Amino acid sequence: MKKFTSTALGSLVALAASMSAAQADKLTLYCSAQEDWCQLMARSFEDATGIDVNMTRKSSGETFAQIRAESSNPKGDVWWGGTGDPHLQAAEEGLTMEYVSPMRDQLHDWAISQAESADNRTIGIYSGALGYGYNADLLAANNLPEPACWKDLLKPEYKGHVQMANPNSSGTAYTTLASMVQIFGEDEGFDFMKGLHSNINQYTKSGSAPIKAAGRGENTIGIVFMHDAVKQAVSGFPIKVVAPCEGTGYEIGSMSIIEGARNEEEAKKFYDWALSPEAQNLALQVNAFQVPSNKGAETSESAPDMSQIKLIDYDFKKYGSSDERKRLLQKWDEEVSVLPQ
Amino acid sequence: MTEKTTKATHPVLVFWIIAGWVGFCLLPWYMVDGGLWSFEWLLDGYPFDEDYAPAAFLIGQGEKLWLAPLLIALLLPLLVLRRAKSDPLYARILILSGALGFGWLIAQGFSIGIRGFNFDWLEALFGELEDRQFGMGYGAMICASSFLFLLTQGVAARGAINGDVFVVSAIGGVITIVTAFVFFPIAKMLFAAFVTEEGAYSIAVFFSKFFDDRLWGLGCFWGARCGAAWNSLFLAILVGFITTALGLCFALVVTRSGFRYKRALRALTVLPIITPPFVIGLALILLFGLSGSVTQFFAELFGTQPTRWLYGMPGVLIAQTLAFTPIAFLVLIGVVEGVSPSMEEAAQTLRANRWQTFKTVSLPLMRPGLANAFLLGFIESMADFGNPLVLGGNFDVLSTEIFFAIVGAQYDQGRAAVLAMVLLFFTLSAFYAQRAWLGKKSYTTVTGKGDAGVHPLMPTGLSIPVLTVALGWAAFTIVVYAMIVYGSVVELWGVNNSLTFKHYVTAFSVRFEAEGIRWTGAAWDSFWTTITIAAIAAPLTAAVGLVTAYLLTRQSFAGKDAFEFGTMLSFAIPGTVIGVSYILAFNVPPIEITGTGVILVVSFIFRNMPVGVRAGIASMSQLDRSLDESSLTLGANSWQTFRRIILPLLRPAILAALVYSFVRAMTAISAVIFLVSAEYDMATSYIIGRVENNDYGLAIAYSTTLIFVMLSVVALMQLIVGRTKIGRRMTQSRTNV
Repeated sequence: MKKFTSTALGSLVALAASMSAAQADKLTLYCSAQEDWCQLMARSFEDATGIDVNMTRKSSGETFAQIRAESSNPKGDVWWGGTGDPHLQAAEEGLTMEYVSPMRDQLHDWAISQAESADNRTIGIYSGALGYGYNADLLAANNLPEPACWKDLLKPEYKGHVQMANPNSSGTAYTTLASMVQIFGEDEGFDFMKGLHSNINQYTKSGSAPIKAAGRGENTIGIVFMHDAVKQAVSGFPIKVVAPCEGTGYEIGSMSIIEGARNEEEAKKFYDWALSPEAQNLALQVNAFQVPSNKGAETSESAPDMSQIKLIDYDFKKYGSSDERKRLLQKWDEEVSVLPQ
Repeated sequence: MTEKTTKATHPVLVFWIIAGWVGFCLLPWYMVDGGLWSFEWLLDGYPFDEDYAPAAFLIGQGEKLWLAPLLIALLLPLLVLRRAKSDPLYARILILSGALGFGWLIAQGFSIGIRGFNFDWLEALFGELEDRQFGMGYGAMICASSFLFLLTQGVAARGAINGDVFVVSAIGGVITIVTAFVFFPIAKMLFAAFVTEEGAYSIAVFFSKFFDDRLWGLGCFWGARCGAAWNSLFLAILVGFITTALGLCFALVVTRSGFRYKRALRALTVLPIITPPFVIGLALILLFGLSGSVTQFFAELFGTQPTRWLYGMPGVLIAQTLAFTPIAFLVLIGVVEGVSPSMEEAAQTLRANRWQTFKTVSLPLMRPGLANAFLLGFIESMADFGNPLVLGGNFDVLSTEIFFAIVGAQYDQGRAAVLAMVLLFFTLSAFYAQRAWLGKKSYTTVTGKGDAGVHPLMPTGLSIPVLTVALGWAAFTIVVYAMIVYGSVVELWGVNNSLTFKHYVTAFSVRFEAEGIRWTGAAWDSFWTTITIAAIAAPLTAAVGLVTAYLLTRQSFAGKDAFEFGTMLSFAIPGTVIGVSYILAFNVPPIEITGTGVILVVSFIFRNMPVGVRAGIASMSQLDRSLDESSLTLGANSWQTFRRIILPLLRPAILAALVYSFVRAMTAISAVIFLVSAEYDMATSYIIGRVENNDYGLAIAYSTTLIFVMLSVVALMQLIVGRTKIGRRMTQSRTNV
C-alpha cells in the first residue's frame, strides 16, 4: 500500500546518507582565477607534494559568498586567486586566518603591504594594472581616433562606444571608480565618471565582459584590467591594449587561508608553495598575463610592461574597507547612474 | 477495508516499526565518510567506533545520551501490535509515539550541533556541553521516516481522510520533505532581509531596502531607467502571453491540422528546452548583435549604422520566448489532446460549425491548460537568469539583481532577500490570478463512459494564421540552432571561420589502452556527474510531483491551499536564492549535505517538482472522478486506484515530468553554481567557466553534445513510457488533409 511513498523516501534517505569525505593529506582549494590556471595549480601541487587537491573554481564574488555562508562549518582550506578586495573584506570579517609565510622576503613590496593592511590574513600573488582595450577594426570602421588617455574617453565622438562594468556588481569597475578618485581627486574623479557615463553604452555585470564584447565586435572600447585585454589580443581578436597616460590603478590578486580550515597544515604547505617562483611561473603556460608577486618569477613577454605603466600609489587599506566602498558606491549611484545618457 | 481491520496487525505498520528499530540499532546513526555506496564503515570499527556506531551502541557506551528518549518512542508502538484498528488506544499510541519520536529527533538535531549547544539559553540552562554531533546519517534518517509514518498511520486510524493510510502517509511525507527542503532553507534566507549590519533584527532595514529607486523607479517614462521590479513584471507578462499563444499554435497544429510533418515539428519544439543556458543568447548575438550577420546584412542593404538594439528588453524577450515556448507546448499538448472529441462531436451534431465548436467548446475546455501555460511562462521568465545576463544590457531584472547582490561587489544578502520577496510576491499573485480565472468550473471531459471519437480539424480561418505562426517560429528556431552547430565547428568565433573539430576533440577525446578506455577529454568528468545526477533526480522528481498532484486534485483535506502554495514555492524562487539558501541551511547539522551530490539531487527535485505537479493537475482535472469511484466501489484501495487507474491515464504527464526534470537537471545553472563542488562539478558550471575564459568554441561544442545527448534520452523515455491511448479511434490523419 505504501510501497510507493516508501521507495521514493527510501531512496532520498539513502542518498542523503552519502557524505563528503575529509581524510588525511587532502586539501580543498577554492580557486578564483581562470579555469585552466586553477587546474594547473592544483595538479602541480599534487605532483610536488603528493597531497590530494580538491579544487572548485568560482569567481571571487561567488567564492566570498560561499565562504561567508559556510563560516559556521568551513569546507574549504585555501582560497587562491581573484581580485584583492573580497579577500580584504573576508579578512575584515575574520573569515580568513592570519599566517606569515617563510617565503615572504622573496616578494615584491606591493604584495607585502597588501598582507600588512589585512593583519596578515591575505597576501598578494599577482597584480594587474587597470586600463582599457579597443577593437581596432570597429574603431577604424567608425572613423574614430585612437584613444591614449583616460580623458580621451570623454570625447563626444566616443558616445555609445564605451563599456565598463557596473561598480555595484564588479570589483573591476569598483577599482576603476576608486582609481579615478585617487588620480583626479574626489570631485574631479566624479566629474570624470559623469562625463564617461554619457558615452557608456552598457554597464555590464561582470568585470571582464566589456573587453569580451569588444573582442566579438559587439562593443568598441572596454575598460578592464589590461591583462584581460591582452588575453583577448593573444586569443586572436583584434584588440589593442592601452595604458592610460594619466597613470592608473591596479588590483592585487590574493590568497588567503580560510579560518577553521580542516586541513590547516596542508593549507600552509600550499600557501608557501604558491608563493614560490616555480609555482608562479605556471602562469606562463596558461596565458595569464598578470605580474607575479615573487621577485624571482618570470613575466610573460606579451604581458603589459609594468615599468612602462604609470602606476598610482593605490591605497588598498582605505579603498578596500567596506565603509569607504559603501560611500563611494552610494555616491556613484546617486550622482552618476541616475543621469540621462 | 473492513476485512483488514479484523486482522491482527497491518503489515505496513509492522514494516515501519521494524524499520525504526533497524535504524536505531543496526545502522550508523551519523553520516559516514566516503559517500553513498562506500561500505568501508562495516570493516572499520563498526559497530563500536563512535563515528560509525548505531544509536543503540552509542547509548550503550554512555555517549550521546540525548538520543535515549527515542527509545520510548520506539517501544510504545509495540503495545498496539495485538490491538484492533478500531480500538481508540491504537490510534492514540501511534500518534503519541510518532509525534514524540519525530519531535525529539528534530529538537535534538537543531539544539546540538558541531560546537555543542546551538542556543545560548540551552547553555545557560544545562551548562556547556562537552560533546558535539554531526549530520544525520542512514540510521537517523530511517528512524525519522519510521516515526513520521507511525504518526500518519495513527492519524489515519483516527479516521482522517476516511482512514485512508496511503493518502494520509503521502500527505505527511510530502509535507515533511517540502518543509525540510523548501520552507526551511527559504525562511532562513529571507530572514536576512531583517538583519542589520550589526546582526540585530530590525524592520526598518527591510523598508529602507524595499523602497529603493533601483527597484521601483519609473524613470523609463521620461528617458531614464525603470526599476528592476517593473522590468521583471512587464517582461514576464509579455513572455507569459507570447509563449502561451505560440505553445497553443504548436499544439493545435500537432493535434488538429492536416499538417504533414507533425513529428518534426514536435521534435523541434523540444529543442530549446534541452539547450544549456547562454547558448541561445550567444547564437542570437551572432545573428543580431552589433556585428551579427543579420544586422550587418540589413545595415548594408539600407545603408544605416548597425545598432545595439538586441541588448536589453528585445533580446531577452526573444531568447526567453525561444526557451519557454516548449514548456507551454508540453503543458498544452496534453490538454488539447485530452479534450474529449465526444463534446466536440456533440456540438457539431447540434449544427455548430467548426468555428463555433472551436470557440465555444474546445477553447473553453482548454482553459486549465492555457492558465497553467501562462503561469509557467510567467514564472520561468521571472526566475530566468542566463538570458538576461547575456542579453540584458542595461535592462535590469530581479533575478540578475539578486545574483549580483549576493556575489557582486556589494555583498548585500539583505538586499537579495528583499528582491527575492518582491519576486515571490509577483509570482504568487500570478498564481492566485490564475486560480481566480479558472474558478470552480469543471473541465472534466475524460469519463469512464464510451469516449470513442476523433478531434475535428481547426476551422480554416484559424488554421492558416496558426500554421503560419507555428512554421515561422519553427524556421527561426532552426536558424538559431544551425548557428549553434556552426559555432561549435569554427576555429575562433566571429574572427577565424575556418572549420575544425578541435573543440570536440579537446572536450571528448578518449584513448584506448590495454587497461581499457581512458577518458582524456576535458569535459568527461562534469559530463558523467551531470548525467548521473540528472538520471537520479528525474524519476524522483516525477514521483514526488505526481503524488502531490494526485493529492491536490483528488483528495480534500484541511490546509490544502497552503499545501499547494508550498509545493509551488520553490519554482517561483530564482535559483540563485535557492542556491544560497541551501548552503545556509544544509551546511550544518542536522542535515549536512553541502559538497555532496545529494544536495544537487535534492535541489533539482524541489526546483522541478512543480512542473510535475502542474502537468499532473492539468491532466488529472480532465479525468472524471467517477473513474476513481468505480475503482473504489469495486474494492480497490486508494493506492491501487492511483496505480492502476490514474497512473496509466497520466502517461503524458509522467513523460512531461520525467523529461522536464531530467533536462532541467542538465541545463540548470543559477542554483547549481553555488552547489557544485570539486567532486561534483556540473556541465553548465563548466561551460560558464569556458565562456568566461573566451573558449566559446569549446563551450558551444560541449553544449551541442549535451543537446544531442538529451535528445536521445528524451526519445528513449518516450519509448519507455509510451503514448497514452485514451480509447479512441485512430485519428483521421490519413483520410483528411
